[in-house]
Amino acid sequence: MYDTPTVERTVENNTVKFAARDVHVFYGETEAIKGVDVDILDKTVTAFIGPSGCGKSTFLRCLNRMNDTIDICRVTGTITLEGADIYDKRIDPVQLRARVGMVFQKPNPFPKSIYDNVAYGPRIHGLARNKAELDEIVEKSLRRAALWQEAKDRLHEPGTGLSGGQQQRLCIARAVATAPEVLLMDEPCSALDPIATAQVEELIDELRQDYSVVIVTHSMQQAARVSQKTAFFHLGDLVEFGETSQIFTNPRDPRTESYITGRIG
Amino acid sequence: MTSAAFLCLFALAILGYVWNRQAATAIRAGGARLHSLEGFHGFYALLTVLVPVLLVMLLWLVLQGQVVDSLLRSGIAGHLEGRSAGEVQLILAEIKSISRGMVFGTPEPWKIDAAERYLALTARAQTLLLVVVVVLSLVLVVLGRSKVSAEFRARHGVERIVSGLMIACSVVAIVVTLGIVASLLFETLRFFERVPVTEFLFGTNWEPQIPLREDQVAAEGAFGWIPVMLGTLVITVIALVVAVPVGLMTAIYLNEFAPRKFRAVAKPFLEILAGVPTVVYGFFAILVVAPAMRAFAASLGVDVSPNIALAAGSVMGIMLIPFISSFADDALSAVPQSLRDGALGLGATRAEMMLDVLFPAAIPGIVGGVLLAVSRAIGETMIVVMAAGLIAKMTINPLDSVTTVTVQIVTLLIGDTSFDNPKTLAAFALGMMLFVLTLMINVLALRIVRKYREAYD
Repeated sequence: MYDTPTVERTVENNTVKFAARDVHVFYGETEAIKGVDVDILDKTVTAFIGPSGCGKSTFLRCLNRMNDTIDICRVTGTITLEGADIYDKRIDPVQLRARVGMVFQKPNPFPKSIYDNVAYGPRIHGLARNKAELDEIVEKSLRRAALWQEAKDRLHEPGTGLSGGQQQRLCIARAVATAPEVLLMDEPCSALDPIATAQVEELIDELRQDYSVVIVTHSMQQAARVSQKTAFFHLGDLVEFGETSQIFTNPRDPRTESYITGRIG
Repeated sequence: MTSAAFLCLFALAILGYVWNRQAATAIRAGGARLHSLEGFHGFYALLTVLVPVLLVMLLWLVLQGQVVDSLLRSGIAGHLEGRSAGEVQLILAEIKSISRGMVFGTPEPWKIDAAERYLALTARAQTLLLVVVVVLSLVLVVLGRSKVSAEFRARHGVERIVSGLMIACSVVAIVVTLGIVASLLFETLRFFERVPVTEFLFGTNWEPQIPLREDQVAAEGAFGWIPVMLGTLVITVIALVVAVPVGLMTAIYLNEFAPRKFRAVAKPFLEILAGVPTVVYGFFAILVVAPAMRAFAASLGVDVSPNIALAAGSVMGIMLIPFISSFADDALSAVPQSLRDGALGLGATRAEMMLDVLFPAAIPGIVGGVLLAVSRAIGETMIVVMAAGLIAKMTINPLDSVTTVTVQIVTLLIGDTSFDNPKTLAAFALGMMLFVLTLMINVLALRIVRKYREAYD
């Protein structure tokens, strides 16, 4: 049924990275997330699926406190990263976001050169002691994002001059260069063609060796191909969370089944 | 009479609209498929009547005066013989004022006759105009009606006429610009006939007070614009030193850091600042800022001039703050949210995001705003007329009194003037230089904006 047989994949790691308990998110008076409990494991790809407006992106943005930038947004409940509450007053969201990287739906390279785009994170976090180290980080990140071959001769040209798929891989390289522990991806392939999508998916699978990856996607095939765990959101509720193979072959909740078979959404 | 002609024209144009529209509706009701909607048939008639007849009326009204004048003059040719052009003008003016019922003294009988003839001529011209307008409009209405058919492309016709009107409107701006340049240029050339170009451009002495009449006692006169330009430069630099940092900081704070409530209060205040008339800024400069600066300098034991350049410059800077801050605010707001998210998502602080990402992306808008502010500072007149000095000095000392190009233009053109005198003509030469200067700055601004836009989009 799908490109890659999902049943053969197993979750090898059981360390919990993020633990969310009874998370509610409000935009003004509207409740966008209605009490979500979820454990996100290390070295695992977790996919969030669900119809538009179901709150999956909102929940993703809670994990690195990007919702802080929206004035009317309010989060209750607890989310812990390796046991520490990320909404604690003593937590600096800037530090948190360095540990929890994010790739957005639309490629958003900075108006700088390709090199400076990738070097931005390491520079602001002081990850490189000298130019040689920075060069190394940039090269490594671009290689990880499968962009090195295309970009190595034009590192000092503007990143905005790349094609859409290359820009998105540049944004992934930029996120990887900061050496985060978790990588959040908000529909990273929605603006890409099938070839670029395949490259990014391959990349996500490789990133799993080092990071915990959380991906929001509208494509159920993509969720099935890249993830080991899947969470199905519907109208602000986390309806079902489990092994990807189980969700796609044997969903427990009738709503999940309807969505997967294309009856709601 | 003229208003009657206008009324007739509009009535006939509307009649054409209704008539054509109804004709088109009738064709459609008959089962035919129209090329253009009924409305376009109507507008076609409206425009084909309105545009040409209005043009004719405009030409008529422009030419009517001259034609009537020449007819009037030929009627009294005997009385005008041997008189100079100026005298003829005076007599014609007198006749016209008699015709309006304003009689001074006892005019000769032939003048009263001429006045009556003038009235009759004007009345006849007006009647003729009305007739021409009505006939022409009727012909055009009928012509337009005869064109209505299912295949007639009324929409294309309307589009052509409207695009022609748009071209005409945009040509107005070009023509006016050329006219301004030409009027400046001719007077400037006349100035350079009397004063050598090299003396004007490179002279370091500006004393334009030369005698207007033979019997006046005044200085020899010197027309070197360098000290005047230096004054403008000093004031502009002071204004920018005040306005650019304050304006940019304001924009950055309001755009990114200010709480919503503060923004809601600060924005209207900036708009008020932008709306203050420059005369009021001038008061502020001479009544508040300059005395305060003098008092402060006196307390330090420094002797400064009463018309201190720093006062005029800094008040001009205050005037430019809202200008720069609103440009920078727009430029920063135009940076897409995705770039902000991208930077924050990498763990950048808001300050880092602002400096590394938003600011470079907003540079074209900001530079454009700053250069426009420079143009305004150079051309600003009222504040400096009130607060800067009148004497041109070769100095760049902001504590001294300086004068500016605009101040000199104003002082040269007020009071007794005669337009064949280098003193008056010098104002045009200064205006020309000002024009060239701001033009160059605007071109530079456009170039910078374009260059950076290419790199960042």
